[in-house]
Amino acid sequence: MTRPILEVRGAHFAYGRSAPVLTDVSVAVTPGRSLALVGESGAGKTTLLRLLLGLARPTSGQVLYQGKELAPRDRSLMREFRRGVQTVFQDPYSSLDPRQRVGRIVSEPLRSLGLRENMTARVAAALDAVGLPEDAASRYPQEFSGGQRQRIAIARAIVCEPRVLLADEPVSALDVSTRVRVVDLLRELRETRALTVVMVSHDLAVVAALCQEVAVLERGRIVERGDTAQVLGAPRHAYTRRLIDSVPRLPPPKG
Amino acid sequence: MTLLTVAGLHVRSPEGRDLVSDVSFTLDAGERLGLIGESGSGKSMTALAIMGLTPPGMTVSGSVVFDVPSLDRIEVVGAGERRLTSLRGRATSTVFQEPLTALDPLMRVGRQVAEPLRRRRGLRGRALRAAVTAALEEVRLADPERIARAYPHEISGGQRQRVAIAMAIACDPALLIADEPTTALDVTVQADVLALLDGLVEERGMALLFISHDLAVVSRIAERVIVLKDGAAVESGSAGEVVNAPRHPYTRDLVGSARRLDGALDGAIDGAVDWRTP
Amino acid sequence: MTAGRRVPRSATLVAGCVLAGLVLAVAVVSFFWLPFPPDDTSGDRLMPPGLPHLLGTDKLGRDLLTQLMIGARVALEAGAGSVLIGGLVGLTGGLAAGFATRWLDDTISALLDILIAFPTVLLAMLVTAAREASLGSAVIAIGLAMSAIVARLTRVLVKRVLAQDFITASRTSGTSWPRVVVEHVLPNIWPTLSVNLALQFGLAVLAEASLSYLGLGAPPPNASWGRMLQEAQASVFIAPAGVIAPGVLLVVLVVGVNLIADGVRDVADPTRRRTR
Repeated sequence: MTRPILEVRGAHFAYGRSAPVLTDVSVAVTPGRSLALVGESGAGKTTLLRLLLGLARPTSGQVLYQGKELAPRDRSLMREFRRGVQTVFQDPYSSLDPRQRVGRIVSEPLRSLGLRENMTARVAAALDAVGLPEDAASRYPQEFSGGQRQRIAIARAIVCEPRVLLADEPVSALDVSTRVRVVDLLRELRETRALTVVMVSHDLAVVAALCQEVAVLERGRIVERGDTAQVLGAPRHAYTRRLIDSVPRLPPPKG
Repeated sequence: MTLLTVAGLHVRSPEGRDLVSDVSFTLDAGERLGLIGESGSGKSMTALAIMGLTPPGMTVSGSVVFDVPSLDRIEVVGAGERRLTSLRGRATSTVFQEPLTALDPLMRVGRQVAEPLRRRRGLRGRALRAAVTAALEEVRLADPERIARAYPHEISGGQRQRVAIAMAIACDPALLIADEPTTALDVTVQADVLALLDGLVEERGMALLFISHDLAVVSRIAERVIVLKDGAAVESGSAGEVVNAPRHPYTRDLVGSARRLDGALDGAIDGAVDWRTP
Repeated sequence: MTAGRRVPRSATLVAGCVLAGLVLAVAVVSFFWLPFPPDDTSGDRLMPPGLPHLLGTDKLGRDLLTQLMIGARVALEAGAGSVLIGGLVGLTGGLAAGFATRWLDDTISALLDILIAFPTVLLAMLVTAAREASLGSAVIAIGLAMSAIVARLTRVLVKRVLAQDFITASRTSGTSWPRVVVEHVLPNIWPTLSVNLALQFGLAVLAEASLSYLGLGAPPPNASWGRMLQEAQASVFIAPAGVIAPGVLLVVLVVGVNLIADGVRDVADPTRRRTR
């Protein structure tokens, strides 16, 4: 079995003395096996994502990148981690600085990580990879639609060629037709760039389209985990079944 | 019996952009109509125009007529604020997308539900409290007394939306307008709230104008649908027709997108992860 | 602004530049040329406008135009000095409070509330007692009072920006906090802050006038519009020019600076441009 690239082991998390947000959560991300974290609001998905991003530290338990525990003081490890793990957010309006041109936004990881060679070319390549026109770099985010803004955010996330893309509900703020196109884009990037996607989502259809593995969270605990087909096709936990039954579907086509 | 007649409705922004152009439809008492569109399609503006609540600066033309049996016939476009106030609550009432902003954060839930009951039905004291409890029970809120004492932030999103629904139907409106009422909710909660709306509309014989970007949700609750794009109606018909045999290219794209997502889920459930690229 | 791009015109900005520029021009000219020496009391007292005293004289026989020109200098110095002190101290405090969590934030906020509640006049008297009655003392007092208001505004703006996803995105890209401040926080709070600083500039000029009026500002022979107003007040019905002239210039400067702030924001803020 391949060594996990990113892993959370036995993590507990609580804010101060309040009720725990996460209880004994263990998740491993295997290269090439995209993973979905599924659950409802308040289930702890976003907190788990923050742990995986190194933005919060578990109250107890470990977060490991390539087998090494994340330590804010270990600067070379953190730098390697930042380069290897990038993120896309839910709200494409809040995730782009309105006062920076797209080119500057997309190049931020390169500048922060000190990868200053061929910056313009890399930014252009990233914008091209997400299907945005060349002149996008010199424009402001306000000039783009929601779907295009999400593409800009994805370009920023892939510009330093990371291995893992952590995405928090990356398409739930988008219209249906745009949603499908962005899912297509993420799938394409997953294949062409050997990206492993870790996605927080409540949309099981998007999960099924993008991820090979699923972990279901309920009230801070992982209640079910496994291959997407297995979890969705033969759910063992009652909550997973309820989740699947609740997805609104179109009436089946006639004929 | 025609309850609402919208004819040639036109809404223009202060900058001269047409947000809604030439939208016409009728709605019978007890009928359920879905308004489908993506962001910027003008669906919410249409709903606001129907209630006479368009933001200042908008130019509204055309005609929106309510014909509620117990009330006078009312033409909403160009009507004065007093006439519109008499319309709201009894002829029509609305549930919005975000239940947190639709409720006053500094007022207990019970008082907010009591307000329309007091105003329209003239209830006071014990009778009012009983009516509030009954209204909260009607939207299937367990432990209505506790909910009535709570502030909006102390209850869940699903509970808040139920409270908003209770307030909206408190005055027995002939038409309930629901503007993306389940979009901000979790999937399982969405399913419950849809079932609740479905039941309430059925029991009370209310007409429903259901606005959403989600084809699957609309086709679950509405009989007839209108598809809006850039402010204009591009297609209308029964929910089944539109979903199964979309005529307009835009509707075809919408249905195709929704079907692909459904297909991915079905593929996974059937044991094969399958994402057909068209 | 990228070279070659057409800078959008703003009527507000042009009007503001004309008004404030007028006062600035007067102040600049005062360094090179004055109609009379500032301490020349050779003129007759309370003369009406005419020749050789274009605006007339005050109750000591000094030329009003001369006083007014020096006053322009003092007003600009007071405004700029106070905004510099208030802006720097306030921005630093506000950034600290904006980034701080819980107790530190609470402590800074409490200190700011106390400072805001403290009357500027009392602060000016304390500073004057510690130093001397001078323009510098007045500017320090006004600047400190201003810093509390600037800090409070900065704190709220910083908290609002920090809650945005692009800050998290920046952090996960490996950007250090100081760089996040320079790249994202300052540019995003600046439009609102700069408008407020311009407002504060106007208020500082007025505050300096008030303090001079009370004798807490620059001592004679430095003319300040505030003291001119005070000295001319008794003779307002005999020689109205002594009140009208500094009053008008005060209004011109304050309005001008505010218009500039509004105009700059409209022109420089990409989020205010129409989307395509």
